Amino acid sequence: MRTAIEKAGYASEPVLRDIRFELPPGRLLAVIGPNGCGKTTLIRAISGVLPNVQGECHINGTDLLRADETARARLLAVVPQSTYIPPAFTVEEVVLMGRTPHLNWLGTLSARDTEIAHEAMRLTDVEGFAGRWCSQLSAGERQRVILARALAQDTPVLMMDEPTSHLDLRYQIEFLEITKTLASQQDKTILIALHDLNLAARFGDTVMAMKDGRVAASGSAAEVLTPEHIQDIYGLPVEVFQSPGKQGTIILPV
Amino acid sequence: MKNLARPILICTVILLIAVLLGIGVGSISISPQESLSILWQALRGLPLDGEGQSIPSVILLTLRLPRTLLMLLAGAALSGSGCAYQGLFRNPLADPYLIGAASGAGVGAVAAMSLNWPSTTLGYLAVPLASFAGSLLAVFLVFRLARVGRTLPVTNLILAGVAVSSFATALSSFMMVNAGGELRRAFVWMLGGSTMSGWKPVLGMLPYTLVGLGALLALSYKLNILQLGDEQAQQLGIKVSRVRTQIILAATLATAAAVAFSGIIGFVGLIIPHITRRLWGGDMRRMLPLSMLCGGAFLVFADVLARVIMAPQELPVGIITALCGAPFFLFIMRQSKEGSW
Repeated sequence: MRTAIEKAGYASEPVLRDIRFELPPGRLLAVIGPNGCGKTTLIRAISGVLPNVQGECHINGTDLLRADETARARLLAVVPQSTYIPPAFTVEEVVLMGRTPHLNWLGTLSARDTEIAHEAMRLTDVEGFAGRWCSQLSAGERQRVILARALAQDTPVLMMDEPTSHLDLRYQIEFLEITKTLASQQDKTILIALHDLNLAARFGDTVMAMKDGRVAASGSAAEVLTPEHIQDIYGLPVEVFQSPGKQGTIILPV
Repeated sequence: MKNLARPILICTVILLIAVLLGIGVGSISISPQESLSILWQALRGLPLDGEGQSIPSVILLTLRLPRTLLMLLAGAALSGSGCAYQGLFRNPLADPYLIGAASGAGVGAVAAMSLNWPSTTLGYLAVPLASFAGSLLAVFLVFRLARVGRTLPVTNLILAGVAVSSFATALSSFMMVNAGGELRRAFVWMLGGSTMSGWKPVLGMLPYTLVGLGALLALSYKLNILQLGDEQAQQLGIKVSRVRTQIILAATLATAAAVAFSGIIGFVGLIIPHITRRLWGGDMRRMLPLSMLCGGAFLVFADVLARVIMAPQELPVGIITALCGAPFFLFIMRQSKEGSW
């Protein structure tokens, strides 16, 4: 995936300026930055829901910003920040909605569509309550259902906006482990906006820090998550430790 | 999608019972066996206008059957479009009345009627088209007035709907008073009484209803995706504005046809979708066909009551739908254990 966004925003004032990055298949990019820095706007711009975007974003030779909705939805799945699911649907029905861009005009589901949806439910551990109404789910369960829906979309690129915000510690880690496995095993390109810097450090192959709609720093976790950068981006002094265990960095506000 | 066959079967049986009641009950009661044998004979090619036939078969074939079918179509059209509006605006209060579609259709119908009371073939074509135009105009107005930027706040939708509806209703009342003459008939029409008898209104309504409801059924899976909100629907590959326009056109066409031929019948479009949603869930591929079947059955039942309660006088069916529908809905609401939605 190759992205170059010159300008994107709401109404007349651009929120994003000059954001460029390239992401090979199988890699996971963690996007960090304070509230309002443009993480969500970036995902909305690439996924085509913002009207005024200048730039381009190529996936497998197709420019997403100039593709129609169906073509775009076959290349890019989005896990939105909102975990709203209409309540009167079952989990399985919602996951099957992920097949939408692959269906004919009447929405006829094939056996293969059902198979892919069930595989997605297995991966996200929601198959056990496939028949339950979504009104009866906890926030964490809903988040996994939405991930399953995005996986059912079966796209080479996956973008997630704060997907772990409603999850407890165990599911945060499990959720990101699943994501990481998807990246490496299925060669998916994954972009995740994250608030938790420790998670970004642990799971991001690349970390991109944003500030005021621009890229403030980009590179490996070790290069980006330094006390100087974090002070600059968040305006907060931190200390960065290397944990004695195997999984690297701990960032602690002073 | 959970199994569709069983609920469809249940609703179809209820609908058939309603139809047998509808054609059997009245000044002369006709037993179901007799009804079926008359229908069977008619299907085998005996003429519908009933020259030289027994009195029950004349009553059944020229009066009750068309009336029952008209009610069935109107109920199906109103419930189906109510279901679609609720899904489209993601608001359980949206129904053909609340968003102005029905009142707009009323203005169109009254305007067409005041020019030419629909006794001619041209009238049968003009009235539904005028209703459709009035209805579309009202929905468009409500939609535009309620919109703030790219969002459609619920309160705005309701307020704009109520305002446009009141305006439209006042306009039709004005035209009716001005037209003079057939005032009682017009008021009965407004209250949801069928003022036309025979097969003409049924045949006039059938094509519009079939096209409108058929399109809604074909769009039902896209309507499902719209439940997620515009942004997510778009990210799933739905062309949101195009689909939304298609659904509004189809639902409004069905509403307009119902209003043009059976008058203003409230409540069906609001309540029936709620009941089907509570019983069988919110998947539109299930909810739309089930709402159509139940709506048809409900209106046929209501019409039977309207004929029996003060016999030989008939009540406008709109009064019955509200009188029976409201308590029944409240009962279902209290009974439901699935929580609220």
